[in-house]
Amino acid sequence: MYSLVALGFVLIYKASGVFNFAQGAMVFFAALTFVSLVERGVNFWLALVITVAVMVVLGISIEKVVLRPLVNQPPITLFMATIGLTFVLEGLSQLIWGSQPHLLELGIQDVPMEWLAQSTGMVISQTDVFAAGIAGILVAALALFFQYTRIGRALRAVADDHQAALAVGIPLKHIWAIVWAVAGIVALVAGLMWGARNGVQYALTFIALKALPVLILGGFESIPGAIVGGLIIGASEKLAEVYIGPMVGGGIESWFAYVIALLFLLVRPQGLFGEKIIDRV
Amino acid sequence: MLYREAGQFKSTYAEDQQIFPIRQDRVAVFLLLAVAFLVVPYVANQYWLSAILIPFLIFSLAALGLNILTGYAGQLSLGTAAFMAVGGFMTYNFVLRMAWLGIIPSFILAGICAAAVGIVFGLPSLRIKGFYLAVATLACQFFVLWAIQRIGWFMNYSPSGVITAQTIEILGYAFDTPAKKYLLTLAIVALLALLAKNLMRSETGRAFMAVRDMDVAASVIGIPMMKTKLLAFAISSFYCGIAGALYVFCYLGTVEPEAFTLDLSFRILFMIIIGGVGSILGSFLGAAFIILLPILLSVLTGAFTQATGIEPSHAVLSNLEVIIFGGLIIFFLIVEPHGLARLWQIAKEKLRLWPFPH
Repeated sequence: MYSLVALGFVLIYKASGVFNFAQGAMVFFAALTFVSLVERGVNFWLALVITVAVMVVLGISIEKVVLRPLVNQPPITLFMATIGLTFVLEGLSQLIWGSQPHLLELGIQDVPMEWLAQSTGMVISQTDVFAAGIAGILVAALALFFQYTRIGRALRAVADDHQAALAVGIPLKHIWAIVWAVAGIVALVAGLMWGARNGVQYALTFIALKALPVLILGGFESIPGAIVGGLIIGASEKLAEVYIGPMVGGGIESWFAYVIALLFLLVRPQGLFGEKIIDRV
Repeated sequence: MLYREAGQFKSTYAEDQQIFPIRQDRVAVFLLLAVAFLVVPYVANQYWLSAILIPFLIFSLAALGLNILTGYAGQLSLGTAAFMAVGGFMTYNFVLRMAWLGIIPSFILAGICAAAVGIVFGLPSLRIKGFYLAVATLACQFFVLWAIQRIGWFMNYSPSGVITAQTIEILGYAFDTPAKKYLLTLAIVALLALLAKNLMRSETGRAFMAVRDMDVAASVIGIPMMKTKLLAFAISSFYCGIAGALYVFCYLGTVEPEAFTLDLSFRILFMIIIGGVGSILGSFLGAAFIILLPILLSVLTGAFTQATGIEPSHAVLSNLEVIIFGGLIIFFLIVEPHGLARLWQIAKEKLRLWPFPH
């Protein structure tokens, strides 16, 4: 589940070198838009299409309004701009749709699958399986997209070297717009999954913060890294809460992921699958 | 005309190295301080003192601390609120358990505690930079808050999860009214700002800037990386710790750990972005801006309500405020990445020639 959010981060970081702090807010915005549409009686699929359209437009306009003027600024400036963006999106979504929590019904019940529980003794919720499936499909689709389409190849070229990509005639501006649009769609998927699980509410924005250790663990540039990192963080967090938590008073879920990431950084600063960083200092 | 330095000659090294080399600046700063110390406490009313001026001074100090770390030494930190929390809660404990110390030593000790925490969480900065470091400081933010909430000792086992700051007393003199608290805060902030200004002009400050601008070059010319980075973390956390102590004792009075959330860290980060990264003056300007913005907005909406008769609901207002806030951050980054301090510099350049264009 964390992987889904982390995917959005990785996409944008890979293509434009921007660390998009607003991804969490985008997740929230997408889920809230979708839920509100459904609650107003819009057909499920129609709502989905509308939300995808909204997210694409949002992604492209973010790129145009916020990031285009900031090209060539140091990464830290861009990062701060996305923090500002987070505030705008959070305020905007609550201004438009109201701030009360919503329930999201995707038609899958959050109950353990009986046949699995009986045959193996494992208790796995249907939602989780579904989320895992969706994440898998999404990753496969993205991998195919990156590997085999013209745009995907252009994206990878841009990620490698902006100037070289420009020199061979890849339209940088279009590519960035596409990346932001795709990130918007990934945010929507993540928002739907999380929303189905916990309800659509303001707390959704905080999962973006949880995605940071995932990124560190997996490496900022790697899509498989995001998946594996998400699994490790998700599992270790829950295990630590259950096994270590009672010893120190509980509630360690809030910071345990960061500590894992921190320890990990000391050993392998580039993450599991990240590109090797060569540091001379 | 007014702002022209023609005719001011420097004949000694001491004169050449003054903090404010131009006479007009010196006069202005002295006037400002005199007004702040002598006039404001008598003129300003309760609301101005305790709702605007005291928080402004405290946030300026915190922004100053973050500016030392992020603006001068180039290490991005999202854990400012955690350092403030350490300062605030440790002062509470020092006053509670070692009352004989007195309040000022308690402040200083709490600042040192914050500095120690800062050093511990600054250790990863030796190996990582940029975003990775930001995440490391996020860990600090969450961990410190968790520790304060879960370990009863910090809050003296308060069942409600809230602590009430003791009255501030120095040599038997109680600082109990807003005006007195304001004076105390002002004195501490002025002193620490002066210290920071001088520190940043000294060898230490230059070392910070060298690390910020290019760490490889800095280490080649013999600046010890480890010492410099950890010192930056320590000094910055010390300032934030003192700011946190003042926040608890002079501003809030009654405080729970939730007062020091990530939001507070972000607010302080915004202060230095808007004010100017790497500028002492900028910390103050940014703090003033962020404190005054919500007040300005509420005044504006009040006028709007009177003019149109439509009363926007509270939720709409707070959301609007958030949107405007975020929008302004982006606007500032695009239009003036160096912040208000840079604008002031430009204004000074213009004033030198004004009103004659050449």
